[in-house]
Amino acid sequence: MKPVPFDYIRPSSVAETCALLAQDGDSRVIAGGQSLVPMLAMRLARPERLIDILRLSELAGIKDSDDGIVIGATTRQAAAERDPLIAAKVPLLAEVFPWVGHPATRRRGTIGGSIAHADPSAEIPLVALTLDAGIVVRDLKGETTIKASEFFLGPMVTAIPQSALLTAIRFPVWPQHHIGTGFHEVNARHSDFAFVCAAAQVALDEAGRCTACAIGIGGLGEYPVRLDQASKALIGGDLGEAAIAEAVDAAMADLNIWGDLHASADYRRRTGGVLARRALNDARQAAHSLSTMARRQ
Amino acid sequence: MKVALSINGESRSADVEPRKTLLDCLRDDFGLTGSHTGCEHGICGACTVLLDGEPSRSCLIFAVQGDGYEITTIEGIAPAPGELSVIQDAFCEMHGLQCGYCTPGMVLTATALLRDNPQPTRKDIVEAISGNICRCTGYGQIVEAIALAAERLALANAPKAGTR
Repeated sequence: MKPVPFDYIRPSSVAETCALLAQDGDSRVIAGGQSLVPMLAMRLARPERLIDILRLSELAGIKDSDDGIVIGATTRQAAAERDPLIAAKVPLLAEVFPWVGHPATRRRGTIGGSIAHADPSAEIPLVALTLDAGIVVRDLKGETTIKASEFFLGPMVTAIPQSALLTAIRFPVWPQHHIGTGFHEVNARHSDFAFVCAAAQVALDEAGRCTACAIGIGGLGEYPVRLDQASKALIGGDLGEAAIAEAVDAAMADLNIWGDLHASADYRRRTGGVLARRALNDARQAAHSLSTMARRQ
Repeated sequence: MKVALSINGESRSADVEPRKTLLDCLRDDFGLTGSHTGCEHGICGACTVLLDGEPSRSCLIFAVQGDGYEITTIEGIAPAPGELSVIQDAFCEMHGLQCGYCTPGMVLTATALLRDNPQPTRKDIVEAISGNICRCTGYGQIVEAIALAAERLALANAPKAGTR
């Protein structure tokens, strides 16, 4: 359980990091190391060089911008977990943190690291996909944003070019007033890897009709999936339990679902459907209680 | 690579390969074998140390990344040689350890918990140690030990009877 030998370098700026990444094809970027170091220890990753970006202050921090909440790549998961801006503006992300690793790993693990690692069952990538966050990458030529729906390509495989650095994630903020979220997960032990997890965010109008809806499920296959067909079917309705069940089942019908020694494909399909329904129900109830409170005032 | 570390209040330096984890460096280069090598991939928590007071897995950080942190290992917890901290003492008293392999990680995790949250609920304690695996005790006595330590630390800070 020892990594292969590698060189270690700690650049002093993002520009210097990009120049290093442009040099060769066998460098890996390390930040909190909570996912990469196990891969190195098991020799599943054998880079020749590690480029440590953890202390680049320009990459850390949480900002409110016109296009949403921008979380710097090296922002610690524990810092985001306690952040009032995220709790207020990206409640779905705030909701999943207790499920992300353990307190000790969240203190070092970063938001960008979890996204770049792209574990198919990980919660932060699931939220990024569900809300279709923008993933900001930079190389020597400049900055580009990749939509989360085009970012996750396979287990631990992403659309980040070899010469580029993930610098930030931009989470969209929904403009509606009455927004509710829901998240459910099944695993062997709290904080272990999810067998299946589901996230939902909905917005209701004053009459209780759904005006926006996003549902995602993680752990089913190569990467998290978004049930856009179900969202489309549910918008305009009142999010009754029967409508939710029908929409989720229809959207899951042709998903390619994997099984492994922890959970069979059948189990994942059934559980994924149940968790997605529960997440949607929770989201509806949360949004509904907000709109009821608003009417009373 | 040369690395300068601050461990239990002392400045130490070593010449290490970049691939050497902080855990291996603590044990091999500095003889601090209280940090235990368990799974070496971040699952078991036996290697937990405090980095700037925060419980962290020393198997998931390379020694060359450890400069600039105040590193506290189990050797830095006792108030004086031959003594035990309140938390260590509570572990003994409540039989919070059997083989002792997970104990340094548990004690450090509990130390940080009780510093930040002096009156934890049972749920807070369970959540705090959720990243530390124990294969002997079934966790019951560990949770009780941390609760006892919290009680004693609270009493230590209370005004004595008759004084106000």
